[in-house]
Amino acid sequence: MINRSQAAMNTLSRRRFLKISASTLLAAGVVGRATAALASATTREPKCVREVPTFCDICFWKCGAIASVRDGKLWKIEGNPADPLCRGRLCPRGTGGIGAHSDPDRLRTPLIRTNERGEEKWQAVTWDEALEYIAGKMQKIKAEHGPESMALFSHGIGGTFLKHTLKAYGTVNIAAPSFAQCRGPRDVGFRLTFGEDVGSPERTDIENAQCLVLIGSHLGENMHNTQVQEFATAVGRGASVIVVDPRFSVAASKAKFYLPIKPGTDLALVLAWMNVIVTEKLYDAAYVEEHGFGFDQFAASLTGYTPEWAYPETGIDPDTIRATAREMARYRPATLVHPGRHVNWNGDDAQRSRAIALLNALLGSWGRKGGFYTPSSMDMPDYPYPPYPKPAKPKVDNPDHKYPFAHEAITTGIRDATITGQPYPIKGWMVYATNLLHALPNEAETIRAIQQLDLLVVVDVIPSEIAGWADVVLPESTYLERHDELNVELFKDPFVALRQPVLDSPDDQKPNWWIAKKLAEKLGLGAFYPWKTIEEYLEHRVTEAGLDFAELKKKGIIRGPRQPIYFEEGAPAEFGTPSGKIEFYSPQLEKAGFDPVPRYTPPVAGPPGAFRLLFGRAPVHSFSRTHTNRLLSDMMDENAVWVNADIARRAGLKSGDTVRLKNQDGVLSNRVKVKATERIRPDCVYLVHGFGHTARGMRHAYGKGASDAQMITRYKTDPLMGGTAMNVNFVTLEAET
Amino acid sequence: MRYVMVIDTKRCVGCMDCVVACKTENNVPEGYNRDWITEEVRGKNPTLQMEIRSERCNHCDRPPCVYCCPTGASHIHEGGVVLVTHEKCIGCKACIAACPYDARFVHPEGYIDKCTFCIHRVEQGLKPACVSVCPTHCMHFGDLEDPQSEVARLLSSRAHHSLLPQTGCQPHVFYLT
Amino acid sequence: MPLELTTTRHNPGIDPLLHAWGWEIPVYLFIGGLVAGLMIIAGVRLLVAKPRERQAMVCCTLGPLVGLALLSLGMLALFMDLSHKLYVWRLYLSFEPTAPMSWGSYILLLVYPALLANALTHLPEAIPSLAKRFPVLLTISDYILARQRMVISIGVSNMLIGVALGVYTGVLISGLPARPLWNTSLLGPLFLFSGLSTAAALLHAILVISMKEEDRPAFADILLTSLARWSQGRGPDTSIAPILTRADNSFLTIELGLLMLFLIGLVTSTEVNAQAAALLLTGAYAAPFWVLVIGIGIITPLILQFLELQNRIRHTLAPAVLVLVGGLALRFILVFAGQESHWLRVVAGP
Ligand SMILES: Nc1nc2c(c(=O)[nH]1)N[C@H]1C(S)=C(S)[C@@H](COP(=O)(O)OP(=O)(O)OC[C@H]3O[C@@H](n4cnc5c(=O)[nH]c(N)nc54)[C@H](O)[C@@H]3O)O[C@H]1N2
Ligand SMILES: Nc1nc2c(c(=O)[nH]1)N[C@H]1C(S)=C(S)[C@@H](COP(=O)(O)OP(=O)(O)OC[C@H]3O[C@@H](n4cnc5c(=O)[nH]c(N)nc54)[C@H](O)[C@@H]3O)O[C@H]1N2
Ligand code: SF4
Ligand code: SF4
Ligand code: SF4
Ligand code: SF4
Ligand code: SF4
Ligand SMILES: [Mo]
Repeated sequence: MINRSQAAMNTLSRRRFLKISASTLLAAGVVGRATAALASATTREPKCVREVPTFCDICFWKCGAIASVRDGKLWKIEGNPADPLCRGRLCPRGTGGIGAHSDPDRLRTPLIRTNERGEEKWQAVTWDEALEYIAGKMQKIKAEHGPESMALFSHGIGGTFLKHTLKAYGTVNIAAPSFAQCRGPRDVGFRLTFGEDVGSPERTDIENAQCLVLIGSHLGENMHNTQVQEFATAVGRGASVIVVDPRFSVAASKAKFYLPIKPGTDLALVLAWMNVIVTEKLYDAAYVEEHGFGFDQFAASLTGYTPEWAYPETGIDPDTIRATAREMARYRPATLVHPGRHVNWNGDDAQRSRAIALLNALLGSWGRKGGFYTPSSMDMPDYPYPPYPKPAKPKVDNPDHKYPFAHEAITTGIRDATITGQPYPIKGWMVYATNLLHALPNEAETIRAIQQLDLLVVVDVIPSEIAGWADVVLPESTYLERHDELNVELFKDPFVALRQPVLDSPDDQKPNWWIAKKLAEKLGLGAFYPWKTIEEYLEHRVTEAGLDFAELKKKGIIRGPRQPIYFEEGAPAEFGTPSGKIEFYSPQLEKAGFDPVPRYTPPVAGPPGAFRLLFGRAPVHSFSRTHTNRLLSDMMDENAVWVNADIARRAGLKSGDTVRLKNQDGVLSNRVKVKATERIRPDCVYLVHGFGHTARGMRHAYGKGASDAQMITRYKTDPLMGGTAMNVNFVTLEAET
Repeated sequence: MRYVMVIDTKRCVGCMDCVVACKTENNVPEGYNRDWITEEVRGKNPTLQMEIRSERCNHCDRPPCVYCCPTGASHIHEGGVVLVTHEKCIGCKACIAACPYDARFVHPEGYIDKCTFCIHRVEQGLKPACVSVCPTHCMHFGDLEDPQSEVARLLSSRAHHSLLPQTGCQPHVFYLT
Repeated sequence: MPLELTTTRHNPGIDPLLHAWGWEIPVYLFIGGLVAGLMIIAGVRLLVAKPRERQAMVCCTLGPLVGLALLSLGMLALFMDLSHKLYVWRLYLSFEPTAPMSWGSYILLLVYPALLANALTHLPEAIPSLAKRFPVLLTISDYILARQRMVISIGVSNMLIGVALGVYTGVLISGLPARPLWNTSLLGPLFLFSGLSTAAALLHAILVISMKEEDRPAFADILLTSLARWSQGRGPDTSIAPILTRADNSFLTIELGLLMLFLIGLVTSTEVNAQAAALLLTGAYAAPFWVLVIGIGIITPLILQFLELQNRIRHTLAPAVLVLVGGLALRFILVFAGQESHWLRVVAGP
């Protein structure tokens, strides 16, 4: 606990504090000391405030946080100043995290389905009944089909122990949407080029960039905390910002150059930029010479990609392309062409990401200050578990390495296998903290897969859409009420962070580690959980690493020594590619039958008169998970469809009017308000992702706004790595009265 | 002493963290705002400019809300901070009608509420909640009369504006441009 | 250059359009103006009336008595508007010289005794039955009437307090610089004269109702009969009605003039003020403004009363009712449109 303000506490409040803290400390196992009271603005009466350091889980950035409990009630959450990720400041979602704890729509007890799947009818049961039921079904699946027929979808650090249990049970099919629906293509593109991933948190040195190029990355709306903070620093410093986005994003409003690109044509732009940089010899010749492989073949492949060629494709005039290319070259190597994160757009995504990697290579930014730094992490030995059983079958998600460069499991591959039963049937899904109906493209396919299952278990905190289809729903404690695996961060500054409960769960919710351990015991896998309590597990790991667990509990974070992070500081200039160099030309790709240097193909065109549906983030929400959080929904409780002002005028629409979207396959969205704005091109419309909930238990969010996921009936699969590009859907606007 | 807020619109991304933080710090009820974000977009696609502002009570030097308050509930506190004493407020709403910035509202408990510049924190040597959470560090708070203060330095070195100066209220939240 | 202005603020009563004040404040302002008018007329009548003249009694006794009742209703409306009602006594724990409402609350304190004194002066003649039951009323009346200086002070104070009250109802809102529609010093006089016209109309109405049975039109055919029979020409009323009618017409004319000046002032001022005026002239409030305030509340009664004075039609309730309706509409429209008028229109945006 951190002691920040030491005002005097009167005897009354001290006595009250002792009572509260004694019980809370016992219950939650938190060690600490009270800090003094802050008088509220109106009542000058001192209150008892307790502060607990932990880390945030409203998204996957894992910012260090300090939660304050005032008179037994969760009061506020602030950034932990000791945390290098958040630097003492959270993003709005982290600050609004208290709404996750107090959400009246939360799941409260385990539930077992009583009606048809998807009818959202359950019976409340005890944990023992629920886990007994699940274990029984899992044993049956194992007996009939083998343990591999049980799949786990899990997103985020909370899934660690369930993964452990399922691996112990014998499955190999574990996937998260963060690969095939999010950053997969980028990591593949960069891996193919530099031999390493960009990672999460991204190894981007935005803070020190002199020139920052954002291709769709809508920092400021995408609130990945460190990046936004560094972006603001760069802007404040006067860095030259180039933003490429069909929508005038918040980041675009900070840019020196705003390029309103025709959606889906970014690869053409990147190729044209590289064409200019290469033909005008603006690249970092020494760097390319020293680290590059196959540069000449690459350079030769660029000849046709002139700015004049790119103009009709992208809508960006050649002068602007040249000016921005020269701008990038001017500041190299401190020019960072941001790799993006959610990059499943058009099906050419891994190749586009590779092109972005190559552009960075030309600028010499990989490994350099203001470019991509080399992250490091602390050495934290794993807990000594017994070995997992040897799998009898390979993974189902990527049969015969159809997507040769997929280095993580493909969610949609597991879904395909579930539907077809090929290469072998999948009969059970365990879903932890991922709302597959909002996260995966084509809801109908997900539902079709679910119908093939003998068991669908969903571990969630709210009655989400995916929970609505479950046979068994397990209510988890929120991140503020539980321990989790340690966060051993791979970052500029290595550190380890602890998540620990701030207060009790309000009802019969349990933490994932408890669920995973109990389930393992019911499955007869108790040997995989040699520890009794999670603290014992955590303490073991921390102590083995030579650190003090008590200190970690008190501070929330222990930092390790900083390693050199740039080549110039002595970070090793090593590349994990087959050639050991930056592969401008990729023999790997060539061997697998793909373009060894990126080649442009135009995006799929939509039906005439339809608008390409784009989507992204709003700063106050995470995906589809924060809309019943009363505090955050108070900031924004519905989305609106952004429509170009001229288009809206012609259609007789103004801001605030209600429409439905109708996609190319005739699917009709919820009612949604129009935002008529100059801030978007006329050929596309935009929605903030995650709204338009259809789960009835999400009372506060039900029916508010429109769901982008619902409109995404089509997707284009990236041939290199199986990512599902979703910006290939087109909608028209149906006026509502 | 003259407390002011200086907000750098170049850095502000309109994330509303300041709004959320104000809500938790000050128990602002659901559905009410002491601070909020305004986006001002000018131009025609694709040549656009956008200013994003975190707005709140401007703690005016000539506050009509104070002048029209029949009970003295609205008053000017030390440092130029405009406050409302809840126990004096009758809820006549004259001050609401008087404020050109629509910065006030009727709290569900009946009295008038608005931004206090987090005076309870400031008096403890802390920054206002919104200022202290802002992830882009675009908000600054301090004493304008202290020439060494960050706010004074920012205002003397950078172009800035305040909201609706033509109302004559002399607002004391400044926006760097 | 197109300008898109969006805000995330969504405070009840404030967004998307300010409507902090509902029906209570316009009703309060209307009644305040009406009572102010009654006071002034009562004051004047008291000064010029011959003792024990029946017509004077209507103005000096019934008017103030009705005024007292109305004022209480007005205060009730104001009280109902308060959102922190239990603290209402705070109004009288301090005096805030810059706050019109503070002035108002003290003016209201003076209104009651002034009106009461005025009413008591002629009460026994006005309501003899009451005086018979409470002989003290006669004593009081005699006491006052025996002292010319006291009568004069009651009359003068009624006039002065009435003027203060009437002007206050306007200043209350014109003192709020945030709302461009109200941003004019004409609102004080405008509301004063509107108050006078409604007061004259109310007294006129009382007179019409208290006319002898055969002189009084049936309620139902007030309008029809007066319109149908306008040409028949009835004998002049011997009552005070023509005086009130004449007075009302001049008040209405002045009010109309002030309204025009008010609008011209706004239109020719800054853009913000012009936009505010547009709310009434062409905007959302144009229809009720032109129809209810100008048409029904001023022009029609002016014509009807002109005809009454010409003896072309008999005195009816109609013009009085119309003036009262117009006066009420004026308060509603100015309070509502005024709240909507703004220095900067920011729209709530998703
Ligand atoms: N249409 C569309 N699809 C997308 C995207 C898009 O923008 N549009 N974005 C893609 C991207 S980039 C990503 S990373 C993925 C994200 O996909 P997901 O990670 O699946 O995100 P959510 O939709 O928020 O679903 C998270 C679920 O976890 C639950 N949850 C939240 N906290 C907890 C907890 O503490 N414990 C448990 N057990 N459950 C919890 C939530 O209630 C919710 O049901 O989606 C991808 N899919
Ligand atoms: N507040 C908040 N922040 C988040 C998240 C969240 O849920 N909430 N989620 C986090 C996660 S997991 C991820 S993956 C990231 C995602 O955030 P990012 O990776 O930054 O963005 P994307 O979702 O890929 O893209 C959205 C932007 O791309 C633009 N865009 C769409 N199509 C095109 C195109 O063809 N070309 C170009 N150049 N631009 C295009 C859109 O207009 C929009 O501005 O956000 C992270 N940050
Ligand atoms: S970026 Fe925001 S939501 Fe994500 S972990 Fe950090 S504070 Fe929490
Ligand atoms: S927290 Fe800071 S960046 Fe975010 S909206 Fe508020 S002022 Fe702007
Ligand atoms: S902004 Fe409004 S409420 Fe704040 S001091 Fe100025 S006039 Fe008063
Ligand atoms: S509502 Fe309260 S603070 Fe506002 S003017 Fe009336 S008494 Fe003063
Ligand atoms: S200063 Fe305090 S009260 Fe004012 S907006 Fe910021 S957090 Fe809210
Ligand atoms: Mo993502």
